[in-house]
Amino acid sequence: MLVTERDKLTGELKKLVEECGGDRSALIPILQEVQKRYHHISDFAMQIIADLLNIHPVEVYGVVTFYQFLSEDYHGKFVIRLCQTVSCLMQGTDKVAHQLETELGIEFGETTPDSRFTLEWANCLGMCDQGPAMLVNDQIFTRVTPEKVHDILEACRKAFGPHTAQMMQEELV
Amino acid sequence: MTDSRYSQFTFNTVEVGAGLTKALGLKRSDVIGEISASGMKGRGGAGFPTGVKWNLAAAARDEEKYVVCNADEGEPGTFKDRVILSEWPYLLFEGMTIAGYAIGASKGIVYLRGEYTYLRKMLEDVLQKRRENGLLGTNAGGKEGFTFDIHIHMGSGAYICGEETALIESLEGQRGEPRNRPPFPVDTGFMGHPTAVNNVETFAWAACILAKGGAWFKGIGTEKSTGLKLFSISGDVENPGVYEFPMGITIKELLKKVGGSDAKAVQIGGASGRCVPASQFDRAIAYEDIATGGSVIVFGPDRDMLEVAENFLEFFVEESCGQCTPCRLGNVKLLEGVRMLKDGDCSMKYLKELCKLGETMQTASKCGLGQSSPNAFLSIVENFKSEIIGRTGVYA
Ligand SMILES: Cc1cc2nc3c(=O)[nH]c(=O)nc-3n(C[C@H](O)[C@H](O)[C@H](O)COP(=O)(O)O)c2cc1C
Ligand code: SF4
Repeated sequence: MLVTERDKLTGELKKLVEECGGDRSALIPILQEVQKRYHHISDFAMQIIADLLNIHPVEVYGVVTFYQFLSEDYHGKFVIRLCQTVSCLMQGTDKVAHQLETELGIEFGETTPDSRFTLEWANCLGMCDQGPAMLVNDQIFTRVTPEKVHDILEACRKAFGPHTAQMMQEELV
Repeated sequence: MTDSRYSQFTFNTVEVGAGLTKALGLKRSDVIGEISASGMKGRGGAGFPTGVKWNLAAAARDEEKYVVCNADEGEPGTFKDRVILSEWPYLLFEGMTIAGYAIGASKGIVYLRGEYTYLRKMLEDVLQKRRENGLLGTNAGGKEGFTFDIHIHMGSGAYICGEETALIESLEGQRGEPRNRPPFPVDTGFMGHPTAVNNVETFAWAACILAKGGAWFKGIGTEKSTGLKLFSISGDVENPGVYEFPMGITIKELLKKVGGSDAKAVQIGGASGRCVPASQFDRAIAYEDIATGGSVIVFGPDRDMLEVAENFLEFFVEESCGQCTPCRLGNVKLLEGVRMLKDGDCSMKYLKELCKLGETMQTASKCGLGQSSPNAFLSIVENFKSEIIGRTGVYA
């Protein structure tokens, strides 16, 4: 990372920590925001956050690796999480999973080379009566079919840019 | 606007604000008295009497206390809290405010699972309106000297954070690893202060109980399992969804109402619950018989019960926090065992050993996850032996 980039990130993290409050209980909200903005939590970011909160960097690392929604590895702009719980499976998750892999050209646990999409399994999304269910970032999709997969991904592709979430909403709702 | 599917629910018949108004006109101890009189047990699954919990938190001596709503709803097959959060958020916040008044807390926290982030904005808007209307903040609900506010804290994708002590760890910015209990959160909770942790549905019913009276609630259900309960019904049924039934309903009655009469088994209580075969459908869903947080997954005649056991064990292997050995390794061994059974490679002797391991996990694990994760496996082995033994490995 370039020195100027580091300085920029440090500045942004400082501001974020100020906003969230500088005590330990602010750690997870801080990390959630970092994940959202930068799509991962780098070693460098962990180090800076640890310094700002006055805790050991390993404490931060321990938290990042514990939670499913926080990651060291770079995630795509769109993180797709398909529910793997039995109620959804009984409604045809397999086909949706296969179609997602085919359309994206990656397997579960991977990110597309253009960094747009990450494909993951999720445990129960709380939509058991309307499966198969999947999350695209924070947005929930229910009764997903293999045909719908394509439309959802296209909407994401079109919305790729600064106003992603809002545009996707307009496109799909 | 309320979804028409829920128009007959009791939550819709209770006047908005009635519970809170009633509570704030009573003495604190009388509010708890009303909850105790209702006989309500926690709706999150563990079934601890809510009146007793609030009494302990009220009796704890500390200037600072907390009310925490457990909205981590991660149990596979459970989605009723999502419906409450979407349809009746005001009842939840009323219930939390009532709890705050009753135990002497000024802060409430909703721990909302990360998967429900899409509900956050709407919930924040409802909270903001309540602040503007004087229902939260200083002199909340017009009660002189009572200060109470609620904020939302997001989870980050960890089922174990639904366990109340892990939830508190997570709120404090730690890994979600359950603590030893005792001490219980009612005396040593968030930041070491007395904390009443309750399920979303528990708070919603608490508001209804204040509005309609503890005796009304106690008059419904069975002696040991009073009142109404929301059920999350999924699987092989004609009409899956959220239903309201009295506690003590039999599985047979329930299946008739949701259109699942040809079921061969139902999983009651999610992945941590039990699998009940058709021969036992006369049993009641109640704390004294089959306890549940309200999840019912129905399996039709053609479902393979080993696949079900495998799915649940994969879940527990992933979600175990890894802190204690029986759970961290035990679930892996049980999962291997299920795969051996699928391939027809599991001897009866080994199966018996696995069952013993399951029983050890039930007694030796530190928290409810490891203590209950073998339940599904053990009940499937017990009830579907002929179906799972002697497979030839060629398995369609
Ligand atoms: C592994 C595990 C997961 C749990 N998940 C939840 C949950 O998602 N929601 C919930 O309300 N209770 C959950 N509980 C139960 C809580 O520990 C606690 O008993 C409950 O929040 C108390 O509220 P209640 O008395 O109102 O039910 C879980 C328990 C365990 C052991
Ligand atoms: S039983 Fe499992 S989830 Fe609970 S503390 Fe032990 S390892 Fe963690």
